[in-house]
Amino acid sequence: MTGKSVWVASFAAVVLIAIVLLSAGSPSVKANDQPSAPNAEVKIDNFSFGPQTLTVPVGATVTWTNRDDIPHTVVSTDGVFKSKVRDTDETFSYTFTKAGTYPYFCSIHPKMTGQVMVK
Amino acid sequence: MPDKKQDLIDQTLQNLNNDGVDRRGFLKCMAWAGTGLVWTMSGGIPMSRAFAKTADQSAGKGGDFSFVQISDSHIGFNKPANPDVTATLQTAINKINAMSHKPDFIIHTGDLSQLSKPSEFDTLDQALKGASAKQIYFVPGEHDMLNDNGEQYLQRYGKGTKGTGWYSFDQKGVHFVGLVNVANLKAGGMGSLGHEQLEWLEDDLKGRSASTPIVLFAHIPLWTIYPEWGWGTDDSEQALSYVKRFGSVTVLNGHIHQIMQKIEAKVSFHTAMSTAFPQPAPGTAPSAGPMKVPADQLQQVLGITDVNYVVSGRSLAIVDSPLGA
Repeated sequence: MTGKSVWVASFAAVVLIAIVLLSAGSPSVKANDQPSAPNAEVKIDNFSFGPQTLTVPVGATVTWTNRDDIPHTVVSTDGVFKSKVRDTDETFSYTFTKAGTYPYFCSIHPKMTGQVMVK
Repeated sequence: MPDKKQDLIDQTLQNLNNDGVDRRGFLKCMAWAGTGLVWTMSGGIPMSRAFAKTADQSAGKGGDFSFVQISDSHIGFNKPANPDVTATLQTAINKINAMSHKPDFIIHTGDLSQLSKPSEFDTLDQALKGASAKQIYFVPGEHDMLNDNGEQYLQRYGKGTKGTGWYSFDQKGVHFVGLVNVANLKAGGMGSLGHEQLEWLEDDLKGRSASTPIVLFAHIPLWTIYPEWGWGTDDSEQALSYVKRFGSVTVLNGHIHQIMQKIEAKVSFHTAMSTAFPQPAPGTAPSAGPMKVPADQLQQVLGITDVNYVVSGRSLAIVDSPLGA
């Protein structure tokens, strides 16, 4: 690989990142400043996900913890992720590698819904 | 004509209220008398009497029969208010075995287990082996179909059934239909029967005489009790439209771990107590999670449901009995 093509590739990467940041509409997200995205937590309490809407950067790992006396599941509405049944104090983690909105629900108690917004 | 019938039902319900056996009165009655309430369905007209007065009348002449509904055993649950759900299931079975009239069979309306674990199903099977009634009909609860889309449930309890475990059978002229409304649930929704099962149900009921008494049983209530907690079935209206032409329809459900009753035209809806733990009345707690009660009161909020069919009059009498009675 020549020096020139390396330069072209990194220039293209910068442009791509700029496009991603612009299209996400959140210039405040500084991906370069945070090489490892912060992890986030969702608590399951009283048959509800809290927070119901969680916003995380790309690369973040989200961990759900069931604090109810009753088992729950965490299942992506679009089939992206699906936990096994989680009993009291058990957890489920998923790492979001792509930007987007991820609605999910408890497949045992489908009135329980939430979403993760990845920017 | 329909108005006249409605008036009659209203009048009957009014009488019930005057008797102090509306829901609140009923619970109060159970608390001090330790017995239950008889619902007699006769040609779509509900009547009620105190348990003690009628219990003997409904016992076994030729063609009559009875069965017991148990529900929500949640084997594997071990938290307050019930650290030993196997023991309370055993108490329920002892109560069934001690009945003066031997029930012909048992219907379990689901949530056999807490986590669909093989060991939990094993424990349940072991306990039910001790029941005097050997024939047991099951429908699954949402706790019985975890992780494997219900494959294990079907293998153990659903041999010969259709789809996710629905089926029908006849007992001395009464047509029973076991329905599954806990599979393939959709985000934001309640219980669901699904298109395939509804088609099957319509076909199953087609051609049956309108005078055939019908019993539908499923885990989640087939009537909307409290949508905020998902206590209902999204497409139950469709199912109920298929039974409208029948003269006597009884709908037996579990899931909500408490007794609820409603009569709508010729359809009598009934939910059973759990054998494991109580749940709060709709909207009286932050969520539908297990209700904690003092240990000495637990057996008053768990129980079984005894259903008697009397041929003369084609009526079904439903008696709920707390374990502690």
